[in-house]
Amino acid sequence: MLRRTLLGAAATALVMTTGAFAAEHAEKTKVGFVYVGPVGDGGWTYEHDQGRLAVEAEYGDMVETVFQENVPEGADAERVMTQMALSGADLIFTTSFGYMDPTINVAAKFPDVKFEHATGYKTADNVANYSARFYEGRAVQGYIAGNMTETNKIGYIASFPIPEVIRGINAAYLAASAVNPDVEFNIVWAFTWFDPAKEADAAKALIEQGADVILQHTDSTAPQAAAAEASTDGKQIITFGQASDMAEYAPLPRVSSIIDNWAPYYIERVGAVMDGTWESQSVWQGIDKGMVEIGEISDAVPEDVKAGALDIVEQIRAGEMHPFTGPINKQDGSVWLAEGETADDGTLLGMDFYVEGLTGEIPN
Amino acid sequence: MIGLEKRPTPSRAWSYATPFLAVALTVIAGGLMFAALGKDPVAAIRTIFYDPLFDPQFAAYSRPQLLVKAGPLILIATGLALGFRAGVWNIGAEGQYIIGALTGAAVGLALYPAETRAIFPLMVLAGALGGWVWAMIPAILKTRFNTNEILVSLLLVYVAENLLASMAVGRLRNPEGGGFPGSRNLSQWDAAKNPELVAGTGMHWGVVAAFIAVIFAYILLNRHLAGFHIKLAGQAPRAARFAGVNPARLVVFCLGMSGALAGLAGIFEVTGPAGQISIDFNVGYGFTAIIVAFLGRLHPVGIALAGLLMALTYIGGELASFMLGIPAAAIQAFQGMLLFFLLAVDVLTNYRIRLGHREVAR
Repeated sequence: MLRRTLLGAAATALVMTTGAFAAEHAEKTKVGFVYVGPVGDGGWTYEHDQGRLAVEAEYGDMVETVFQENVPEGADAERVMTQMALSGADLIFTTSFGYMDPTINVAAKFPDVKFEHATGYKTADNVANYSARFYEGRAVQGYIAGNMTETNKIGYIASFPIPEVIRGINAAYLAASAVNPDVEFNIVWAFTWFDPAKEADAAKALIEQGADVILQHTDSTAPQAAAAEASTDGKQIITFGQASDMAEYAPLPRVSSIIDNWAPYYIERVGAVMDGTWESQSVWQGIDKGMVEIGEISDAVPEDVKAGALDIVEQIRAGEMHPFTGPINKQDGSVWLAEGETADDGTLLGMDFYVEGLTGEIPN
Repeated sequence: MIGLEKRPTPSRAWSYATPFLAVALTVIAGGLMFAALGKDPVAAIRTIFYDPLFDPQFAAYSRPQLLVKAGPLILIATGLALGFRAGVWNIGAEGQYIIGALTGAAVGLALYPAETRAIFPLMVLAGALGGWVWAMIPAILKTRFNTNEILVSLLLVYVAENLLASMAVGRLRNPEGGGFPGSRNLSQWDAAKNPELVAGTGMHWGVVAAFIAVIFAYILLNRHLAGFHIKLAGQAPRAARFAGVNPARLVVFCLGMSGALAGLAGIFEVTGPAGQISIDFNVGYGFTAIIVAFLGRLHPVGIALAGLLMALTYIGGELASFMLGIPAAAIQAFQGMLLFFLLAVDVLTNYRIRLGHREVAR
């Protein structure tokens, strides 16, 4: 182990002094990852880094991975990507929405380097984009939440009013109101992706207003902790893990979770670069490809509800069910989807409206 | 026995030497930290300080990036230093930077898609004005109600951040962006862009403005009555009052000047390197500039050098982070050490080290 480290250090030093990167890396595929948060955030970035480790485990000595954490979106991201490309990376994953324009800019300067941007909408000859259909997981959450709520009040900690988040709210609400027509959603906009103090405050406020289920689209475990604290003998609050399993709060208050599993996609795309078959594409994968996983449904969920939830998962996996299937009206009462009609991806990707039944306005 | 003896006047020689001593101590302590993390300390230090400047693979790109990164730091720190010298503590440059970017971008976007180069100067003016107005809040609260400008300016940063988030998803959002947050890309709009002035140098209008600000501040402090008043108010507030310095006017001047410069930094950044208003547009330049101001001894030329050094630790730090796998937190700790050691060795400016037994007072 020690010897390998020393050899590695010596090789690095040699390469650095001679500057012979291109030759050295001809047989090893170098893959870079740009992260928006720290790898230990327990949510979004953590799961991307798990994907990176899976790539290393899969290809072993044939691949070298590098990563940069805590990269702000904007000019700094552009510099980090450029430096990675200069250091000889063959493929670079940029894992935050705000990296979209920087990725396109840098990719134009390095036509031989492949780029993969997460959760955006722009592509180029050497830029692919990929995202996950998290709303499929939201439908499962909504089903469990609608069945289990006793106060019929569900609290939702939303991050930013963007299509991704609005889609999640709609999917959860549709599934919840399908099994429990009396259910009400109370939505708090936190305007952050990760801020434990703010998230805890939001959870407490929602619980005080009578919510006994907390759904979150923010990445910290603070709402889980707040829910655990607020639960007493007569009152049980339930929550769901976000981005990562958050299993340390199972079986209660966390009863299930949506897990972002990037590993299969990363392994596939690195493999494509290795055998020269990589092509630009735009993919949006869900439960069927394993990019969205439903974390274990705990024993706190009644047996029949658990069975029903697993059934939804299987139906979505098999393509027999779409969370947005008509009839669905928009919040203002106008018709969006007719009986039996399913939503097209274009509308879903740009979703900027609530469905009928949700109260309140999307902040603007 | 080692003792400290207060110097009658601060040592001039030491005040110049301490920044270099602090850098040297940071390199040693940082090297030890990298070694403790299992990384080769020599390679790490070399990657941080040497590679961005001279490595054949990276230097051609990294060297111009130094100016891009240092520009806003120098611009903001120069303004802050004026206040710090006078004992006016503007800690909220980050907020003024955000508001400058917002007002400047808003003025530009209101005129979209007109194609006249007159829009850019208008945006710059609006940016400076926005930063100035945001700094006037703590200034007026201090002069009228005697509130603490440290707290007010700092807390206004969080107000500005929320305003930024709301603007990025609301009023300033790109109507053609499919509902995603973020404004139109200003650097791709000819009328508003702040381009690289000479290809391959990283020099943009913000960098030019930073160097003009440095020269302006130097002349102000050394050749102008206002500069004398600033220094006097900081060193001897009572004497300043007798000399006819109006403290309220000084507070307004210092906060306004630093706010306007921070606002300028914001508008140059949003029209150039950053390109657009986004939720997380601000990356801490306003706070880092405080370190730069002190590292540069509150002297304009010192600040220019300190800004470049700080930029080097950022760019080299990034290189070290992904080339050698050093955690981002360790790089931040390394930068933090710089300020820590600077403050620690500052004691040598004001005190003399005495070896041997302390003499009994006679």
